[in-house]
Amino acid sequence: MALDSKIPAGPIETKWTNHKFKMKLVNPANKRKYTVIIVGTGLAGGSAAASLAELGYNVLAFSFHESPRRAHSIAAQGGINAAKNYQNDGDSVHRLFYDTLKGGDYRAREANVHRLAEVSGNIIDQCVAQGVPFAREYGGLLDNRSFGGAQVSRTFYAKGQTGQQLLLGAYSAMNKQISEGRVQFFPRHEMLDLVVVDGKARGIVTRDLNTGEVKSWAADAVLLATGGYGNVFFLSTNAMYSNATAAWRAHKKGAFFANPCFTQIHPTCIPVSSGHQSKLTLMSESLRNDGRVWVPKKAGDNRPANQIPEDERDYYLERLYPSFGNLVPRDVASRRAKEMCDKEHGVGATKLAVYLDFSDAIKRLGKAGVEERYGNLFDMYQQITGENPYEVPMRIYPAVHYTMGGLWVDYNLQSTVPGLFVLGEANFSDHGANRLGASALMQGLADGYFVIPYTLGDYLATKGTDKLTTSHEAFKKSEEDVKAVTKKLLAVKGKTTVDEFHKKLGLIMWDYVGMARNEAGLKHALEEIRKIRDEFWKDVLVPGSETEFNQELEKAHRVADFIELGELMALDALERNESCGGHFREEYQTEDGEAQRDDEKYAYVAAWEFKGVGEKPELHKENLTFEYVKPSQRSYK
Amino acid sequence: MMNITLKVWRQKNCNSKGAFESYPVEGVSPDMSFLEMLDMLNERLIKKGIEPIAFDHDCREGICGTCSMVINGRPHGPIKGVTTCQLHMRSFKDGDNIVIEPYRAKAFPIIKDLVVDRSSFERIMVAGGYVSVRTGNAQDANAIPIGKHEADEAFNAAACIGCGACVASCKNSSAMLFVGAKVSQYALLPQGKPERKDRVLNMVAAMDAEGFGNCSNTGACEATCPKGLNLTHIARLNREYISAVLS
Repeated sequence: MALDSKIPAGPIETKWTNHKFKMKLVNPANKRKYTVIIVGTGLAGGSAAASLAELGYNVLAFSFHESPRRAHSIAAQGGINAAKNYQNDGDSVHRLFYDTLKGGDYRAREANVHRLAEVSGNIIDQCVAQGVPFAREYGGLLDNRSFGGAQVSRTFYAKGQTGQQLLLGAYSAMNKQISEGRVQFFPRHEMLDLVVVDGKARGIVTRDLNTGEVKSWAADAVLLATGGYGNVFFLSTNAMYSNATAAWRAHKKGAFFANPCFTQIHPTCIPVSSGHQSKLTLMSESLRNDGRVWVPKKAGDNRPANQIPEDERDYYLERLYPSFGNLVPRDVASRRAKEMCDKEHGVGATKLAVYLDFSDAIKRLGKAGVEERYGNLFDMYQQITGENPYEVPMRIYPAVHYTMGGLWVDYNLQSTVPGLFVLGEANFSDHGANRLGASALMQGLADGYFVIPYTLGDYLATKGTDKLTTSHEAFKKSEEDVKAVTKKLLAVKGKTTVDEFHKKLGLIMWDYVGMARNEAGLKHALEEIRKIRDEFWKDVLVPGSETEFNQELEKAHRVADFIELGELMALDALERNESCGGHFREEYQTEDGEAQRDDEKYAYVAAWEFKGVGEKPELHKENLTFEYVKPSQRSYK
Repeated sequence: MMNITLKVWRQKNCNSKGAFESYPVEGVSPDMSFLEMLDMLNERLIKKGIEPIAFDHDCREGICGTCSMVINGRPHGPIKGVTTCQLHMRSFKDGDNIVIEPYRAKAFPIIKDLVVDRSSFERIMVAGGYVSVRTGNAQDANAIPIGKHEADEAFNAAACIGCGACVASCKNSSAMLFVGAKVSQYALLPQGKPERKDRVLNMVAAMDAEGFGNCSNTGACEATCPKGLNLTHIARLNREYISAVLS
């Protein structure tokens, strides 16, 4: 099957505008005849639900959370990028496009990224109109800050709670549509299968997490906005419930999975303290605006930070990257932190940490000035570590944070299954091999507010209406399949808990498919993951029954999928014999230790087709062409 | 390492009768979060063939508002300005007895053990917690200048995480801090002005219909709120309500 990205013809500046005009429209009176299922109601799903309902479609929205406001978009801290150029510092749509493409190490589609940059300003307008309380200057206008990978200040923010405020904005827009009856919201419903009829996505099967009831839902199109798969690693900055099950089950029904090995390791997280740790906490990248990263110059230096004199500190990011300094992109900052710790310059009890020091910022801005910018983050740090970052430098270490890979979509956000669209972090589309800070919120809202309302209309207008209901045999078959998997999980009655399997998988993933990868390690990981999969189905212990609220059963479904997805991630990393962005293969690096791309052989999107559990998936390639930005060795020096 | 004893409310579902059960927990590290301590206990219970304790949690960084239990009589436990998920065992001592209960309020029925149904909050938000604006070509963001003071105050109101601790701490099970926060946010901003009367009337009507009580100014909600929302928002809610009724 040839992958058609459906990138419109014409100059990049006019592709989206022309495409919007050429797409078919659904007559206002006919929109109510179409039903759209949206799975996941975070930034991407919530904004899509609101926007599509406003247009007049019937929207059925599903979340495994009790409320859309619980989606993990809420935890995004630092901000959202937009090419508004309010600061008069040289920003433009083209510069945001360029920065994003370069930041992604030239593994994203030019046309998608340009569209993202084009609609970025409109997102800010929309959110302000909804009453999102962004940070403002005394004159009443919006304030900006700068973020990694950019030399302009284009990031809009609401203290360290930007994701929360944007999500509550989308949630409020969705609530308005619920009040008007155009969105029906189903909380605590987890999608466990995609239903495909005559080659088209026509519905889903869910499990009601309160009662265990398995039920089918039919629609004219299905939208997945179910987030990323960082929790494959067990320890990540993702929320505990974040999972890949909806996306993975859609993959098993024919949706290709693209670039699964592109995972983002965020450089500024609170280090792991011990084996009981359940998740990792991010400290916003915005801290790198004012915090300075350093380690002791002497390997194995055990003195407390305050006793290490200035000239015995190595501010290694400032030393290695004089022009970007502490604001290099995430992949670079993470890799360098790992390198410092590998060379025994790490700090703290575990020696797996570097310092992020605010003493200069406190001298410059005063304690109150620092508190104004980062107060909630400092409080959070102190609560978790028991240390006061106003007095001693923060200790930070990289942690899994975001997944650039995801279900393959074309320019219209449609997957390889017609009628199945994928939005936000769940798709692979805009960030290439590395996402820049403050661009996830931008992409989620771009997809939901400004892309899908157009591209979905084109699909529906072409498809037309029909009378398919859940009495079709495909729904019954899916329901039976879902029930069978549940029964199988409960029937094993082994000795190992779901979490024990998950932690085991996570360690393998972190050690061999994490920040640095190599051929031998990846081959070893593949063997180990397959062993874990076999053991899981022989020895997992899931208590309780399927007809009740059963959190262990929920986890068991998700971990079963994580294991299969983990295998695909390792395979993808093994097949990509180059380094790019977050995918760092030790065999492929420059003399300075930077990622060495191979544009001749690997300037493509790797889209994997599922062929059965334990079977080798088939690799399809979408070649990437660069007409406007010439790929070069990324330099942040 | 510490050894503690938990007294936990166990209830199979909303129709069954619940009771406290005691569980000794050994080998608790002070660096563990409270929920990691519960994770550890649950792993042990599962291996013993006892059903694990159901509790709600998700982001574990104090922002999603999912975690919801009452610890030693206080929603989110003993530390001010902190959610349950950010509470760490260093806040407790070796030998402590810790009582864990679900939120108790008529409008928050129990689903299982410590998990409650907060969909009543959703219905209040649906009744008016929004500015009616369509997706499309909104005016330029800087076309609506907002003074920094108002913007900051609106942000403080908007910081509510919808956890429901205010209700759980209130002897009247009042949701007025929750409702007041949303009404305040929009009343302070020019974007919220056109609908302010309908909003407050509809949200208060929904709040009453769900069975939440009224405010009698004890201030327990303010003392408990993990995000530091204060009674000013309730005062503003009352002011908005009275002016909407009278005009």
